Amino acid sequence: MATAHSRAAARLTMAPAVVLLLGWMLIPLAMTLYFSFLRYNLLMPGTEEWIGTLNYQYFLTDPAFFTALGNTLALVGGVLALTVCGGIGLALLLDQPFWGRGIVRLLVIAPFFVMPTVSALVWKNMLMNPVNGLFAAVARGLGLQPFDFLSEAPLSSIVLIVTWQWLPFATLILLTALQSLDRERLEAAEMDGAGAVDRFVHIILPHLARAMTVVTLIQTIFLLSVFAEILVTTNGGPGNATTNITYLVYSLSLLQFDVGGGSAGGIVAVVLANIVAVFLMRMIGRNLDL
Amino acid sequence: MARAATNRRKLVLTLLAWTVGIAMFFPILWTALTSFKTEAEAIASPPSFLAFHWTLENYAEVQARSDYFLHFMNSVVISLGSTLAGLLVAVPAAWSMAFVPGRRTRDVLMWMLSTKMLPPVGVLIPIYLLFRDSGLLDSRIGLIIVLTLINLPIIVWMLFTYFREIPGEILEAARMDGAGLREEILFVLLPMAVPGIASTLLLNVILAWNEAFWTLNLSASQSAPLTAFIASYSSPEGLFYAKLSAASTMAVAPILILGWFSQKQLVRGLTFGAVK
Repeated sequence: MATAHSRAAARLTMAPAVVLLLGWMLIPLAMTLYFSFLRYNLLMPGTEEWIGTLNYQYFLTDPAFFTALGNTLALVGGVLALTVCGGIGLALLLDQPFWGRGIVRLLVIAPFFVMPTVSALVWKNMLMNPVNGLFAAVARGLGLQPFDFLSEAPLSSIVLIVTWQWLPFATLILLTALQSLDRERLEAAEMDGAGAVDRFVHIILPHLARAMTVVTLIQTIFLLSVFAEILVTTNGGPGNATTNITYLVYSLSLLQFDVGGGSAGGIVAVVLANIVAVFLMRMIGRNLDL
Repeated sequence: MARAATNRRKLVLTLLAWTVGIAMFFPILWTALTSFKTEAEAIASPPSFLAFHWTLENYAEVQARSDYFLHFMNSVVISLGSTLAGLLVAVPAAWSMAFVPGRRTRDVLMWMLSTKMLPPVGVLIPIYLLFRDSGLLDSRIGLIIVLTLINLPIIVWMLFTYFREIPGEILEAARMDGAGLREEILFVLLPMAVPGIASTLLLNVILAWNEAFWTLNLSASQSAPLTAFIASYSSPEGLFYAKLSAASTMAVAPILILGWFSQKQLVRGLTFGAVK
């Protein structure tokens, strides 16, 4: 079918995209790798020198790294648990017959389209603020002491904000998967006397397994790089309480101007993300019937 | 009897679903309402939901104080520009992957996807330094370049899944009739792929509009799109709730409406066809 002529055309049409992405991936990454072996501070230009793996030794033994790694895992793990469980619940609910399904669906997915800086600032100031926020007003109305979310439980508060942003995504994917479930199987199981719990555990959950995996892996990629939400709410603090790896590398490079140390951190972040990416690529590769 | 029970069940489900829906939407609704209050009413305790003095002064104020329109246009230019540039590069690539697949097509697709998994902090410093040295920091063109590159894999992948649904025989027939490559893509493929291209455009404009790593790190006063502009409210200005709300409402409303139209494409685009 494909002639030699069209083969040549294929190479030609593919070239721009491949060259651009190859450049985007290789050039900056090679530079980061090179910088990570240098003593290189933007405040002391001209003093760059090769120091081997010293940056890595500093970065990987810095207590801030372990705090950031722990925070990253807590953030990713917390948001994943909440969005996958919440998403299954919401998808099951939205799949039921009720009045105004279309509108409720729009309301539920809306948070996904709110830009990260807006959602973080709205939650921080208008909802969670211990003096003027809505939650504080509700607490006072109930005779309770207002809770200072971002000082008392900073990481959990950020988990809550990010969960609100990603729950719609999980819900939408799981709902799409749920709607492809063969209704006759469910009805047949019901005829055979299977209860609601049995049907959920033995028919619905296995059917959703793939969608759950996809949701988990795709969200992990994005959640490893949560940045704006931290920048505008806590700046990584108090102390290092909400600093994740992404924020730590940002603050090393662009706040402390330590290019060498920041680059070593960047490479560590790339390695961590690749571990997740390998699983995701296998998953998608298996579903790609070429 | 059975009918009545079904109806009661439906009523309970309706109440439950609406409660959940309104709870999820509430922060957005609250922001929109607050944008019409005066600053004093915005922090009043107990807060009022609808019984307040409605005013548009915050909107006028936000524009007057900080040239909101400039940042809005930055967002429009950057998100549309990066998506169109991405389509220009991606259409030919997706054409060859969908209609002239070779032994390595699959590997190339997977490799393109893998670039999407590169964490941005891994390349933050080189990009920042390259941009600083070439004068691209705080420029619209610089942000267009970066956003084109980070969204290119999604654009190629989405176009590929849409193109594959178009029968290749039609393109072949056009080729037999003597159409060149350019005619084949421009006049035969594109008209048939309009819905798919529109979906791709829509989703990528949304993603670019909301992108908040590169826009925050590479822009300052001149080229700041709305993501970075709103972030400036994290300083004490954020205490002006009504103005923060007005700026936020204007930043979110247009893309929220676009987003509501693109639910289906969202699933397809962001799962790379793994869930349909």
